[in-house]
Amino acid sequence: MSFRRFWALFLCRNLEFLRDRSSLTWNLLFPLSLIAGFAFAFSGPGLDLYKVGVLGDPSDWNDSGFFKTRYIQFIPTADLPAALTKVQRHQLDMLFDPVGQRYWINDESPKGYVLERLLRGTERNSTLSKQTVSGRVIRYVDWVMPGVLAMNMMFSCLFGVGYVIVRYRKNGMLKRLKATPLTPLEFLSAQIASRLWLILASTVLVFVGTDWVIGFPMFGSYLDLFIVFAVGAISLISLGLVVAARATSEELAAGLLNVLSWPMTFLSGVWFSLEGVRPFLQKAAQLAPLTHIIDAARAIMLDGAGLMDISGHLLALTAMSIGFMAVGAWMFRWE
Amino acid sequence: MTALLEAHRLVKHFRGVKAVDDLDLAIPTGCCFGLLGPNGAGKTTTVEILEGIQEPTSGLIRYRGEPLGSRFRQDIGIMFQSTALQDYITGRENLRMFGSFYRRTLPLAELSDACALGEFIDRDTRKLSGGQRQRLLLAIALVNDPELLFLDEPTTGLDPQARRNFWELVHRIKARGKTLLLTTHYMEEAYHLCDEIAIMDHGRIIAQGTPRELLEEHFDDVVLELPQADFRDLPLPSWLTVMHCRDTVEILTRDVNAAIRELLARDISLARLQIRPRTLEDLFLELTGRELRA
Repeated sequence: MSFRRFWALFLCRNLEFLRDRSSLTWNLLFPLSLIAGFAFAFSGPGLDLYKVGVLGDPSDWNDSGFFKTRYIQFIPTADLPAALTKVQRHQLDMLFDPVGQRYWINDESPKGYVLERLLRGTERNSTLSKQTVSGRVIRYVDWVMPGVLAMNMMFSCLFGVGYVIVRYRKNGMLKRLKATPLTPLEFLSAQIASRLWLILASTVLVFVGTDWVIGFPMFGSYLDLFIVFAVGAISLISLGLVVAARATSEELAAGLLNVLSWPMTFLSGVWFSLEGVRPFLQKAAQLAPLTHIIDAARAIMLDGAGLMDISGHLLALTAMSIGFMAVGAWMFRWE
Repeated sequence: MTALLEAHRLVKHFRGVKAVDDLDLAIPTGCCFGLLGPNGAGKTTTVEILEGIQEPTSGLIRYRGEPLGSRFRQDIGIMFQSTALQDYITGRENLRMFGSFYRRTLPLAELSDACALGEFIDRDTRKLSGGQRQRLLLAIALVNDPELLFLDEPTTGLDPQARRNFWELVHRIKARGKTLLLTTHYMEEAYHLCDEIAIMDHGRIIAQGTPRELLEEHFDDVVLELPQADFRDLPLPSWLTVMHCRDTVEILTRDVNAAIRELLARDISLARLQIRPRTLEDLFLELTGRELRA
């Protein structure tokens, strides 16, 4: 491994990316506009809809007036701690246990206050016991932002490495490099390093920019979040290498990359929680690096998790990176 | 002259097709060696095996008497017929990048002078003309001051002036004692540049020698060329071979005076008659029976 050769390739790849204004703009503007769009869509007055989690079997629900109230969405739930977390985060406005005759609201939630009045009004004869939780409101945009950042990273890593290497192969660039003393290890590591720092830099820029405009909660450590994105980017770049290892046409590469990226987008919980999704799909989602990146990033940002709390995700991402890199390097052909 | 690069009993199979068939080749040090052949003759496969890009099915290749290894990679320069370069990168940046791959490199200024890169060395490679691009690719092939330079159809697609300029560059490289392996579709190019030529067909070498030797060995006649319009289709004696080409008629003869007498006797106008010696193109057609760019 010659550092001189690695560095020369690394610099040229960086220059190619940075001078390609359309690509650079796309990498920065796409996630910015996406997050701004969500912030706009979900920060306004919105629908007058209250969300009430209801503990227990739905068949146990009585036909009281409260359940007949319009504009309230009743969501059955069995997991009390998870439901309480949602009340804390204002994802649920109230949690109601009709069997136990108790309810929880967030003292800082105006919707919780209104719902409590409604419940007390419709259930006058009941001896309801009030429990309170507290927690800052977590908007949808706060929840979706780590997913959008990770998704943007995924597209950039997969296409920025996988597609580019296939293009190099198709136009004869790799054949020319093969005729030099350059080794596949030097070539591949330069591609990985170049894409890694570029995607991390652009992710940091997007994060800072959107945080400045919209403002996100951050209960964990920025360094931990950076580590998650770095390890995640390595795993996604390595996955891109597997696709690029042999493919000789950009059409095939684009097809393969789409086959990988779109299911990951839908199954990794970028836009919605996987709760309620079929169990085998939830298990399948664990095979995707994007799921681990998003879950770990959300845990750090919204729950204040530390590295130990998300060590499972980091281990999974590291194992995937090693596996993908080994397969990619083993399969790699210059032509 | 000792052989710098030798191939012994090279064979290459592609899905049941024998692209290279038991081929032996020796390229002497300091020689410009031309490898010619029609499309599908196995020329590109042979060259790519010699370059170390492809593995032969069987056979041996030796560089300075040794199997190809890291020294070979350091010592060779290659100019493919078409090589894409990274987008948004200037000629200078490309030369720096390729230069970093080698232990020994030529100074950029020397490369720029040698290949007449001029002011376009700092231009984005996407914005270069065909001739400028070929000169840059030659400079990249020369960046490590190679002992052996492979030029694969280097002037294809260039206009005549750019092609002549390129020949000048190759002459300068030859003058520095470098060894070259050239493949080309242009017989005139091979005649001008090559010290030795091998003509390939069906994966084998069917003729080899200096251009002059090959022509003397195969031909002892000259060609009388007349426009089709001037040639009235009158019977000629059997010792004159008549070939009808697209716009011309070619008459092959060992005795020009006698041939002209026969034409005059048939009242054929000689106003536009041209007499030329046999060329490599004739030899190529005679040996392979195929058009050069079939």
